[in-house]
Amino acid sequence: MLKRNKHLNEVKSFTVNFGPQHPAAHGVLRLILELDGEVVKRADPHIGLLHRGTEKLIEYKTYLQALPYFDRLDYVSMMAQEHTYSLAVEKLANIQVPKKAQYYRVMFLEITRILNHLLAVGCHAMDVGAMTPFMWAFEEREKLMEFYERASGARMHAAYIRPGGVAFELPQGFFYDLYIFIQQFSLRLDEIEELLSGNRIWKERLVSIGVVTSEEAVEFGFSGVMLRGSGLPWDLRQAQPYEVYSNLSFQIAVGVAGDCYDRYLIRVMEMRQSLNILEQILNHLSHVSGPIKTVNNKFVPPYRFELKKSMEAVIDHFKYYTEGYKLKKGETYIGTEAPKGEFGVYLISNGTERPYRCKIKAPGFNHLQSLNDMVYNHLIADVVTIIGTQDIVFGEIDR
Amino acid sequence: MQGILKSINTLKTLIPLYAVYIFSNELSIIISKDYFIASMKFLKNHVNYQYKLLSCVSGIDLLGRIYRYCVAYDILSVTFNNRIRIKTLIGIDALAISTVNVFKNANWWEREAWDMFGIFFQGHPDLRRILTDYGFEGYPLRKDFPLTGFVELRYSDKNKKIIVEPVNLAQEYRLYQFRTPWE
Repeated sequence: MLKRNKHLNEVKSFTVNFGPQHPAAHGVLRLILELDGEVVKRADPHIGLLHRGTEKLIEYKTYLQALPYFDRLDYVSMMAQEHTYSLAVEKLANIQVPKKAQYYRVMFLEITRILNHLLAVGCHAMDVGAMTPFMWAFEEREKLMEFYERASGARMHAAYIRPGGVAFELPQGFFYDLYIFIQQFSLRLDEIEELLSGNRIWKERLVSIGVVTSEEAVEFGFSGVMLRGSGLPWDLRQAQPYEVYSNLSFQIAVGVAGDCYDRYLIRVMEMRQSLNILEQILNHLSHVSGPIKTVNNKFVPPYRFELKKSMEAVIDHFKYYTEGYKLKKGETYIGTEAPKGEFGVYLISNGTERPYRCKIKAPGFNHLQSLNDMVYNHLIADVVTIIGTQDIVFGEIDR
Repeated sequence: MQGILKSINTLKTLIPLYAVYIFSNELSIIISKDYFIASMKFLKNHVNYQYKLLSCVSGIDLLGRIYRYCVAYDILSVTFNNRIRIKTLIGIDALAISTVNVFKNANWWEREAWDMFGIFFQGHPDLRRILTDYGFEGYPLRKDFPLTGFVELRYSDKNKKIIVEPVNLAQEYRLYQFRTPWE
């Protein structure tokens, strides 16, 4: 009997492979979990299963050709990333963007934020076991992607925000439909909140799960919702305003407990604030007119009608799309408030038409890194909750 | 600009700066390897700096220089709403010192730099490859690593397994390097 007990004591931890084909692994996360019964003692995320070598590819492309890669990083907040890259190129080239283009950009950034948070909340709910909010969220996402499509022709990988401005003027009736969307969307949010916020099961699964204190959050290098969830009022849109964010008034939601439930509430709050911003932009835009891209034809393509009349424009057009443009030597780090957190682009130019180095700082990389600390001594079912609350997308983490 | 110059003057009395680089409103400083960890600790913990949040660590390959590699740490002070970039230059031996003891989340970023550039971080607790495939060889982001890589994978239906073989392209990747006659 003594012998048998000794034997049992030796076989204590149990190692489980979680993913990469697990539906709650949000794509291609392979987690090696060491379990003690049902309690997680160690989590070792293996990433890189979606590694496509974006940074290497960008080094071989011109500044314009590198842009669409950014859509494909975090494929649920597309425009936020191409915007960050555009800001980096604009800073190196020292281009000023016209007011109207800035409003267009912010408008799409906020549409993107709603797009991302809908997926984050919807998928989180589905991971935890609630199917319906996911369906409702995706119906709204469909409408938002239609706005993407009307602006750029593509539902997801838009390549709409480009260095120097935006690619196209918006079609007629766009603002009207956006207004209708704004009118009805807060009701949809109410419906989702009605299902989740007070739901007993949802709260039992989320409240005081994955608690991160504000010191820990800074130590882990968190940003965005993860940082605000822990009680730090840090939003780059207000702390280091870019584009026209300083003209817009909005509030940032800050958590108290630092648990998954707080982060869920913050995401919903942010969607409401985004709606608020969108409405302000629609009001502002009625006073703003002008071009949608900078007038410097070395950095933006000429308009279609110019091509018919001006030889200079034809030359610019040809040079722009074949050779690209050269940037002065320099390096810059631009961080913006992407829906998932601080998305950064560290761009080094060596005076040629191709980036010498383009480092992509994905918010999810820092978040996933802390998974081991966040899931320690939680149950295995909570791992799913915590992955969901981190809002992980592998396109950006693996790059 | 004035503010940055002033802060450099203060900074250079406090830590041994090797070089300073300013672009627009961004400050990046180069610190030699010997004083690197101490300077990082200083910038993190000094009450007037408090650069407590490490945003990212980027390896850079400066092929053709004496110091071939460079590691750049972008750190952020949430208290003072300020960013600074600390760089250290690394020779051909690609030997750097790990900052995991200072910034906990440097762990994965340094693993990434090791994976992509082969920069070895001394004192790193867990220096495994991170993004590339299991069993990958070479350091893909080095400038002398070809874009198309050295090997390709395919599933062999006959052998029922994945086969690794040298890259065989019908056409090489074409990189058009245009010369501009006007410049």
